[in-house]
Amino acid sequence: MSPGMIKVLIIGVYLGLLLCLGIFSSRLFKGTSKDYLLASHSIGPFLLLMSLFGTTMTGFALVGSTGEAFAEGVGVYGMLASSSGIIHSLCFFVLGVKLWSWGKKYGYTTQAGFFRDRLESDKIGLVLVPILVGLVVPYLLVGVISAGKAIEGATRGDFLWMSESGGIPPWLTELVICVVVLVYVFFGGMRGTAWANTFQTLVFMVLGVVAFYLIATGLATKSVETGRAHTIVDGERVVRTEPPTGFLDSLQIVSQEIPKSRRVRAQVDLKDQIESVEAPPQFRTRERLDPWMFFTYMLIPFSVGMFPHLFQHWLTAKSGNAFKLPVVAHPVFILIVWIPCVLIGVWATTGLINIPPPIASDPNKVLGFMVKSLSGDILGGFLLAGILAAIMSSLDSQFLCIGTMFTTDIVVHYGGKDRFNDRQIILISRCFIIAIVTITFMLSLTNIAQTRVFQLGIWCFSGFSSLFPLALLAVYWRGLSKWGAYAGVLTAAGVWFWLFSASNFGAIDNWSVDITLGEKTIHTMPVATIFLASAAATIIVSLITPKPSEATLLKFFPEKA
Amino acid sequence: MKYLIYGLIIALVVVHQDVWNWENDHLVFGFLPWTLAYHACISIAASIVWFLAASFAWPKNLEDDDTAGANAVAATERDGGAA
Repeated sequence: MSPGMIKVLIIGVYLGLLLCLGIFSSRLFKGTSKDYLLASHSIGPFLLLMSLFGTTMTGFALVGSTGEAFAEGVGVYGMLASSSGIIHSLCFFVLGVKLWSWGKKYGYTTQAGFFRDRLESDKIGLVLVPILVGLVVPYLLVGVISAGKAIEGATRGDFLWMSESGGIPPWLTELVICVVVLVYVFFGGMRGTAWANTFQTLVFMVLGVVAFYLIATGLATKSVETGRAHTIVDGERVVRTEPPTGFLDSLQIVSQEIPKSRRVRAQVDLKDQIESVEAPPQFRTRERLDPWMFFTYMLIPFSVGMFPHLFQHWLTAKSGNAFKLPVVAHPVFILIVWIPCVLIGVWATTGLINIPPPIASDPNKVLGFMVKSLSGDILGGFLLAGILAAIMSSLDSQFLCIGTMFTTDIVVHYGGKDRFNDRQIILISRCFIIAIVTITFMLSLTNIAQTRVFQLGIWCFSGFSSLFPLALLAVYWRGLSKWGAYAGVLTAAGVWFWLFSASNFGAIDNWSVDITLGEKTIHTMPVATIFLASAAATIIVSLITPKPSEATLLKFFPEKA
Repeated sequence: MKYLIYGLIIALVVVHQDVWNWENDHLVFGFLPWTLAYHACISIAASIVWFLAASFAWPKNLEDDDTAGANAVAATERDGGAA
C-alpha cells in the first residue's frame, strides 16, 4: 500500500468512528428541539471543559499558530495563547456562568433571545443575528481552509495523479470534512456535538503531544545525520556527530538552531552554514513584534464572550458549578496545545530542514509538511487525524449554532411558536445549515483561501471582540438601553468594515491602525479602535436614552432593585 | 476575596506586557526560548488564579436548583420547544 493510501485509510477510519458516535448519541435523543439544541442542560464539568476547549481550539490554534510562528517567531504564544488563558476563563467566569443561570431560568437558546428580553427590544435580533452569522462564516472558513491546506501539505507527492503538487487537493478534504461534520451534527444534535468534541479534543491533545515528540526526535536525528547540527566544544561551534541521547537532548539540538532563520538558509551553503553566519535572533525573540501591537492583541480573546456557538455550549451546562473545571483548566490546556505548535513552527525556520518554496510561501502548510517529513506513514496518518479532529471540533458547534440562530431568532420568533412542530424546526435548521456550509465551501474555492489563516481569524475575532462590551454591560449595568445597544452594534459593524476594507480585505498582513503622538507613531491592532468605539457608543447613547422598565431590571438585577 | 481575585487578574494582565523580555534570546533548559517559557508560566499562573476564583469567589444565587431547572425546561417545551 502506498504511503498516501495508508494515511487516507487511517483518516477514513477516524471519520467513520465520528459518524458512529453521532449515530449512537442520536439514540439518546429525546425528540424535542430543546434536547437537540441544548442537550436538555445535561452536560457535566468534564464534557463541558472538553467541548468548550475543543470549540475554541480550531485550525487557528494548530495550523495557524504553527504557520504564524514560522512567519513571525515565538512571540505568537504571548500574543494570543497566554492572553487567552487569562481572558477566555474571565469570559466564562463573568459572562458564561451568569448567562447560563438566566438561560436556564428564562429558557434562552440564543444570544438574540437574551438581548431581546434584557433590552425590551424585538428588533435587536434583526440587527444582531445577521452580524453574528456574517462573522461565523469567516470563522468557518478558517477551519475549512486549514483542513484543506494541512492535508495537502501532508500528502504532497503521494498522489501525483490528483494535483500538480501530488497532494490531496484542498477542495476534496474540505468537502469531505464538511459532509462528515454535517452528518454527525444532524444525527446527534448538541449532545452528539458535545460527545464528538470531547472525543476529538482528547484525540488532538494526545496526538499533538505524540507529534511534538516525533518531530523533535526525528528532526534532531536527521540534523545530526546530515551534519547540520552543531555543538559547542571549548567555546567553539563545531558540527555535532553524536546522535541524540534522548528527548531533552533532541529538543536542545533543534532549539539552539532557532536563530538561524530562513534568511540564513537562503543565503548560505550547507557546508558553511554553522561557521560563517551571524544568526539573526528574531524567531527566538519578539524582535519582529511591535510592543503596542502586542498590547492591543490582548483584546482579541474577548471574542469568546460573544461567540454564538460558545453561548450555546454554556447553556448546555448541568449546573453553575460545572463551569469551575473549564475556568481553571482552560489556560493549562491552551499551553499543552500551543507550546508544541509554536516550537514546531520556529523549528521549521531553522537550517535543519529544507522547506520547499511552495510550503514556505504558504505558512498554513508548514504543520502538515513537518508531520509528513518527520513521522512514519502510519503515525503520520494518526497525526493528520488529530489535526482534523481539532478543526472539526469547532466546525460542529458553529454549524449547529447558525441553524439554531436562524430557526429560533427568525423563523420561530416571527412565524409564531405554534406554527411549527419540533420536527419542522429541526428540518428548517438543517436546511439553513446546509445553505451556510455550501456558501462557506464555495468561498473556500476562491482567492480567500490564499489568505493566511491566522490573519483571516484575527479579523473575524476582532468583530466578535468589539461586541464584548455590549455583553458585559448587559449583564452588569442596569443603565444599558436598547438605543445604546443599537449604537454599539452598528458602530462595531461600521468601524470593522471600514478598517477591514482599508486593509484590502485582510490581504495586507499585520495591518495596523497607526496613531501619531508628537514625533512618535504607535502601531495598534484594529480591534483596539473597534472595541473602544463600540464601548463608547454603547455607554454614551445609553446614558442619554431611556432605560428598560423597572420590571425588566428587577428580573435581571433583583439584588439591586 | 473577590477584590483580591480581580486584583490578581489585573496583575496577570500587567506582567503579560513584558517589554523587558523583548530581545532576550536566552534558551531556558537549553531548548525553550525565554519569551515562550515566561508566557508558559503566565498560563500556569492564570490557572492558579482561576482556581482561587473557583474556590473563594464563585458567583452566588445561580439557578442551580436542578428541580427548578427541569421545571423551566419542561415549561419551555410545553410552550413550543426551542423558541
